[in-house]
Amino acid sequence: MASEKNSCLSGEGLTKIFGFGRTRTLAVDHVDFDFHEGEVVSIVGESGSGKTTLAKMLLGLINPTEGEIHFLGQKRDISSQKKRQEYWKNIQAIFQDPFSSYNIFTKIDGVLLDCIRMRGGGHLPKEKKIELMTEACSFVNLKFAELTNKYPFELSGGQMQRLMIARIFLLKPRILIADEPTSMIDACSRATILDYLMKLRDEIGMTLIFITHDIGLAYYVSDSVYIMEHGKFVERGSADEVILRPKEPYTRRLINDVPKIYEEWDLSTV
Amino acid sequence: MANVVLEVKDLTTKYITRFREDVYAVDHVSLKVEEGKSLGIAGESGCGKSTLALSLMGYYFPPLYYTSGEIIIDGKVISGMKPDDVRKSVLGTEIAYIPQAAMNALNPTRKIINFIEDVILAHDPTENKKFIYDLARASFEILGLPPEVLQKYPVELSGGMKQRTVIAVSVILRPKVLIADEPSSALDVTSQKMVIKMLRSLMDTGFIKAMIFITHELPLLYNVTDDIMVMYAGQIVEQAAAREAVFDPLHPYSKGLMGSIIVPEAGLRDVKLAAIPGVPPNLKKPPAGCRFAERCKYVRAECKVTAVPLYAVGNGRAYRCILAEQVLREAYAHGQ
Repeated sequence: MASEKNSCLSGEGLTKIFGFGRTRTLAVDHVDFDFHEGEVVSIVGESGSGKTTLAKMLLGLINPTEGEIHFLGQKRDISSQKKRQEYWKNIQAIFQDPFSSYNIFTKIDGVLLDCIRMRGGGHLPKEKKIELMTEACSFVNLKFAELTNKYPFELSGGQMQRLMIARIFLLKPRILIADEPTSMIDACSRATILDYLMKLRDEIGMTLIFITHDIGLAYYVSDSVYIMEHGKFVERGSADEVILRPKEPYTRRLINDVPKIYEEWDLSTV
Repeated sequence: MANVVLEVKDLTTKYITRFREDVYAVDHVSLKVEEGKSLGIAGESGCGKSTLALSLMGYYFPPLYYTSGEIIIDGKVISGMKPDDVRKSVLGTEIAYIPQAAMNALNPTRKIINFIEDVILAHDPTENKKFIYDLARASFEILGLPPEVLQKYPVELSGGMKQRTVIAVSVILRPKVLIADEPSSALDVTSQKMVIKMLRSLMDTGFIKAMIFITHELPLLYNVTDDIMVMYAGQIVEQAAAREAVFDPLHPYSKGLMGSIIVPEAGLRDVKLAAIPGVPPNLKKPPAGCRFAERCKYVRAECKVTAVPLYAVGNGRAYRCILAEQVLREAYAHGQ
């Protein structure tokens, strides 16, 4: 079913090397991928497998050492600041730590107004802007009237993460990269955040890329799963295929190491 | 009947904020852990899990204050003791505590063996170094940790190894009860599994007699503990055997928690995750009635008026809801 859809973001031989000589580290090693429009993709790997480096390259925050990224079928061009900002209208991210994702000197109104401005809504009358912000906040069950004139540090972690989603709602990007969006919050609020992300996906039809170490989460949310080890994709395919019928020993180990509730958790294989 | 190692009767502890407000973070909690058993405590952030863990040690320092209740470890009452006495005669020997970031306890400028010496000498200044080294080596060998670790500095060890080292050190004086507060949340899945394996082996090898395990990750809790206690806003809302708590929860809050479980197993994708709407109540002014009423799907008018006691339903099970067992089960069967 994925092949019928258009490719949204794809890469060929994407590589990132940090350092040189003795400290040379191959963080991402010639990976190929093809994310389709409207698809939910998970990139699963342990710490140090290179998944965040890959995400940064997709976002254009760091340049790949080798390889190409194609965006909407064309070679991605972010050589100038202007082009880069144009690209960022299409691709956005949510990070693990909501506490460090905000500018501490900007009020929440400012955070949201920035998003409206970025979508070219800078000229709108004030009432219209407030209406847009209220709509975005109510999408994630926050009350804009209570948030206005507050600074980000006055919110709880869960609220901040939800505000992050409200930002994405205003920006309406084509691609959203969620880098461990739920690993800092407890299991109960995790369901809420995932719910909002999926609702947002349905609302604006974006491609959602989850970067996570939680294989259960990957299985729950995604259409296709990429398993990453030492900078390489060792296994990829539809979620059912990869998680229920893993072929690679590494994937099997990852799944084995997660506590289960229906099957016996095998502790002997450590 | 097995020997009860840890018994807590009606323990209440409070925080006093800088505006002189009382916050009862542990509110009339009673529990019992028998020898060889482990008890899991589940609940979302801010429900009082970690405060309960701190309170169980009997070691109170501002802003946490002891209010009432009893903590009995192996027949010895430790509640109401002076903090200094607790530190000398309870911590480490009767009860040990592993916080989430336990590995930060290691001093980066000292070797692991020096750290162990500090721990043991704090309890008995007369021990000699040879004895301590032999004891440490023997403990490490039983627990499957390489003895070379003793001569290393913390920076030379991986996160998982540091965490396991600290656990090994915390049980070196053979405490009766071990409280593990999210001991594996900062680790990746493989290290987590090693830590869990080690915690399980502590009981089998006789290092500890009972364990209290705190986490918000239910699949983990289910795999580690014998019984599960669900906390909400400082109170116990459900107590049951692990299997019952996960597959047949009674309290609507437990039901909600169990609905948020994510595991990589067949069939999970078809289940809709049930998020509990709303936030926990502010404990500065706890609601008069059921504390969960504001967020409960099955709320009735009387829920918001009178406080709900913990109803025991036999077999060690108890839950805090005015609705009968049968009513709740039927509601869940239709609701899902």
